[in-house]
Amino acid sequence: MAFDQQQKRDFKVVGTRPVRPDGIDKVTGRAMYGADLSAPGMLVARVLRSPHAHAKIVKIDISKAEGLPGVKAIVTSADLGRPEDEALRDTQDNCLAYDKVLYDGHPVAAVAATTPEAAKAALAAIEVTYEKLPHVTDVDAAMKAGAPVVLDGRAYEEVPAGWSQNVTNHCEFGHGDLEAGFAKADLILERSFKTEATHQGYIEPHACLASVGPDGRGELWCCTQGQYMVRETCAGILEMDASQLKVTPSEIGGGFGGKTTVFIEPVALALSRKAGRPVKLVMTRDEVFRASGPTIQSSTDVKIGMTRDGRITAAEATLRYSGGCYPNMTCMMGAQAAFAAYDLDAVRTYGWNALTNRPKEISYRAPGAPTAIYAVENVLDEMCQELGLDPIDVRLTNAADKGTKSSYGVTFQDIGLKTALEAAKAHPHYSAPLGPNQGRGLSCGFWFNFGGNSSVTLSVNTDGTVNVTEGNPDIGGSRASISMIAAEELGIPYEHVRTLVADTASIGHSDTTDGSRVTFMVGLATIKAAREATQKMCARAAAIWGIEPDAVEWIDGAAQPAGPNAGKFPPMSLAEIAATSLKTGGPIAGHCESTADGAGVSFGVHLCDIEVDPETGFTKVLRYTVVQDAGKAIHPDYVEGQMQGGAAQGIGWALNEEYIYGEDGLLQNPGFLDYRIPVASDLPPIDTVIVEVPNPGHPYGVRGVGETSIVPPLAAIANAVSRAAGVRLHELPMSPPKILKAVMAKG
Amino acid sequence: MRYAIPKTAAEAASLLMEEAARVLAGGTDLLVQMKSGARSPEVIVDIKHLPGLRDISREDGGFRIGAAVSGAEMQEHADLVAAWPGVVEGVNLIGSTQIQGRATMAGNLCNGSPAADGVPAQIAAQAVVRIVGPKGERDCPVAEIPTGPGKISLGRGEFVASILLPARPERSGDAYLRFIPRTEMDIAVAGAAVNLVLAADGTVDQARVALGAVAPTAMLVEEAGAALVGTKLEQPALDALAKACEAACKPIDDKRGTVEFRTHVAGVLARRAARIAYVRAGGRA
Ligand SMILES: Cc1cc2nc3c(=O)[nH]c(=O)nc-3n(C[C@H](O)[C@H](O)[C@H](O)COP(=O)(O)OP(=O)(O)OC[C@H]3O[C@@H](n4cnc5c(N)ncnc54)[C@H](O)[C@@H]3O)c2cc1C
Repeated sequence: MAFDQQQKRDFKVVGTRPVRPDGIDKVTGRAMYGADLSAPGMLVARVLRSPHAHAKIVKIDISKAEGLPGVKAIVTSADLGRPEDEALRDTQDNCLAYDKVLYDGHPVAAVAATTPEAAKAALAAIEVTYEKLPHVTDVDAAMKAGAPVVLDGRAYEEVPAGWSQNVTNHCEFGHGDLEAGFAKADLILERSFKTEATHQGYIEPHACLASVGPDGRGELWCCTQGQYMVRETCAGILEMDASQLKVTPSEIGGGFGGKTTVFIEPVALALSRKAGRPVKLVMTRDEVFRASGPTIQSSTDVKIGMTRDGRITAAEATLRYSGGCYPNMTCMMGAQAAFAAYDLDAVRTYGWNALTNRPKEISYRAPGAPTAIYAVENVLDEMCQELGLDPIDVRLTNAADKGTKSSYGVTFQDIGLKTALEAAKAHPHYSAPLGPNQGRGLSCGFWFNFGGNSSVTLSVNTDGTVNVTEGNPDIGGSRASISMIAAEELGIPYEHVRTLVADTASIGHSDTTDGSRVTFMVGLATIKAAREATQKMCARAAAIWGIEPDAVEWIDGAAQPAGPNAGKFPPMSLAEIAATSLKTGGPIAGHCESTADGAGVSFGVHLCDIEVDPETGFTKVLRYTVVQDAGKAIHPDYVEGQMQGGAAQGIGWALNEEYIYGEDGLLQNPGFLDYRIPVASDLPPIDTVIVEVPNPGHPYGVRGVGETSIVPPLAAIANAVSRAAGVRLHELPMSPPKILKAVMAKG
Repeated sequence: MRYAIPKTAAEAASLLMEEAARVLAGGTDLLVQMKSGARSPEVIVDIKHLPGLRDISREDGGFRIGAAVSGAEMQEHADLVAAWPGVVEGVNLIGSTQIQGRATMAGNLCNGSPAADGVPAQIAAQAVVRIVGPKGERDCPVAEIPTGPGKISLGRGEFVASILLPARPERSGDAYLRFIPRTEMDIAVAGAAVNLVLAADGTVDQARVALGAVAPTAMLVEEAGAALVGTKLEQPALDALAKACEAACKPIDDKRGTVEFRTHVAGVLARRAARIAYVRAGGRA
């Protein structure tokens, strides 16, 4: 039987809701986060940042600062080499500006000193001479010819005439005859949308402790979604061998994609190397907003043709994204995801990226997809209104299914979109009555999900307990899920398994925790490692019984003779085999270092009710329901948590969160007061419905669930607001002044 | 930096004569400002241990509220809430449960924010502020305390010791409403307080309307009050009230709200607050 073939099986542990292993530590404060480690002789570091949106660095004079009491090291870009690799160079330049500062908050220099006060005084004594340059912070303005050019020499090879050199990336997807498709339509709608950049808003700011010895060997403790990514990037920038740098991931206070790159780690290492002492560097919230990675800002045109009965005949979208001051390909994921939910004969998407004087974008849950699908689902909703059609029926009519050739080329295997739409339609929420000034919105959502590389070691301890060691930081309860999977495979209680996330020296490479890949991929590797361990345990039992190893099989947590011909022996439990293991052939462990495709795409459907105050533009989210395909929910609490968390973040994005840049190109709201994340009282209870259409690429059917949930809220909320206010809005966030303006303009 | 706990008003006043001295009440503004670097006082004068400053006492039928009384303590005082529900709800809108345990009405006033939630209802209530300083005590109408964003009229060495909310006639009621984009933990984009006294037949006899966050200081809008006197809050009266409020607005245009938004919403809030105050005064809406 192929490894990933699914058997109908009765799960014992998978699907239950045990207590998470990291819970007590987190609620008691015992958990060690990025800023919680200290070392003898440690220095504190502070970063000097650009006060300009765009400027040439003429000179950095550190001579006065160096002489101040307590100052042990100062670094600038001049302390680092120039990496050959363009992407690595961009990352380095983002950590310490090279010849230009590209955004408000761009790091220019860093100081390590004996006290925070000394470090602060040194920052004030560093003299930077800037030559201010014109700036551009808006994606549409940045694409126009004549816009200030953010980075020279990075333009896309075929930038269309009349466009700026800021245009760095382009992609195109689709199939079929658009013209013929639109000709068949009874209604064609064309709309343009704009969305502002948002921040992941993780509670824990970036923090690290770096220590480089005189022999050049380094240790780094940091909060990250990927310790191997940190090691490779830092080793590259500091020209160290990967083997000489050990990176230990701390407990992580939220990431959502924002901790899949480095901002401070190479700087702390460079300071430690120069000072010869450990260096701690912790970002402030202001720095996190100004200079870590928010999402893209977007501007999108969508054109859809539809027949009177709701069949889409053709669909087209142009997506213009700005991922800040360095090139990036997020527009590709947006262009692929835009129409992924639908089975279309004629579809085309075009993605563009333009540079702006904003911080370098980094992933935020399903990067690129939410804003693309926001635009598409918004137009669909308006078409349903215009044609008098039921929004779920129209989506069911067009929904992608097994065998559909997707708009980005892939042919889908088993997918759960139709099941999710049916579940949404059957949910009491969909037929509940609405009051005055209330509207109901709906949206589908999609995310690819990734597989990638991960390493797992599963050790059977002599007391019959088990340790799983893996290399993927736990940002969503994955240690619980991995322990459950190990317990399921081994046939032992969940409480007997403990899963640990290891440093880079303790286990092999694991790709970053992103792409909703960990429960899928580390889970897969854990199943393989467990099966290797059970095979070894069967062999031990066989040796003890004096029968052939393949005459023994692993059933219910014990080695048992396979069938009557194998002989009659009582089952030998994991604990019994473990207890004698050191005398029967040595320690027992299973390993898996592997790579996997087949992550299995995931679809979701969100429903929400909103009330709009027509006199103030104030919105209240009255009711919210998330339906999502999880393939197989290992720990349903954490699946529901992901579904609710994505919805909450999407609600913030839709209603009030935004990066606000002034005329001067400076960020006006680098704090939680004016960067308005929803507070608990802003949100209704978020209802969840887990749909399980097994992923054929995983033995249990698991699909990633972490990202799909942030995709539908933007359009679900926009559609609800538009219906409640009686006027369609085309810009996010839909903050009260914008809604009031639209309502008043409608009259 | 020095932290002082004076035991007498005179001692407090003399500490406040020192260079860069600053009163500390709940600290919910001051500590935040110190952390961000906006203020770096040399001497911090904690007034919470001065005699009487944490008391709410009756005086001539009104209430004298000590400058160190927290929002939570005001909320727990049933008689105060019954007499001045609008003033108390303004103070209770500040922050969250945690903030309420520390934030004071006097601190809210002395911080000088044009958007302070505790101030408009005090102005509508004609509260009187007792100020203690090197030269002794003086009383001052609350409306004369704020003079501009972050600025107040207190002299060197002076501090607010208490605030007097006057006695209530029969058939009186007040209310305060603010607009924020979220449900809590935000700064008012506009705020409106209305204080009414009704005649026996339900006609408005006296009306005071104050607005916050739409001008450099919270302010009384006399025309807005006048629009209500002699009415039973019929629609034309409410429309005239809103118009008067809009005319009085001189807001800034910033990330928190546009001029047109703040102006429009100030009128809406005034209308809504007037209806609430009217019902609280025993009027039939
Ligand atoms: C999370 C959070 C949310 C908040 N939400 C709101 C809100 O919704 N609405 C709102 O209006 N405010 C809000 N604030 C601001 C603040 O809580 C209030 O202004 C509060 O009333 C201040 O009172 P305090 O006693 O803490 O003042 P403090 O911080 O102690 O003092 C404030 C200022 O007044 C001076 N001062 C204090 N008392 C006196 C006195 N008796 N005499 C002379 N000077 C004095 C101090 O020197 C200082 O400059 C919020 C603050 C935080 C941290």
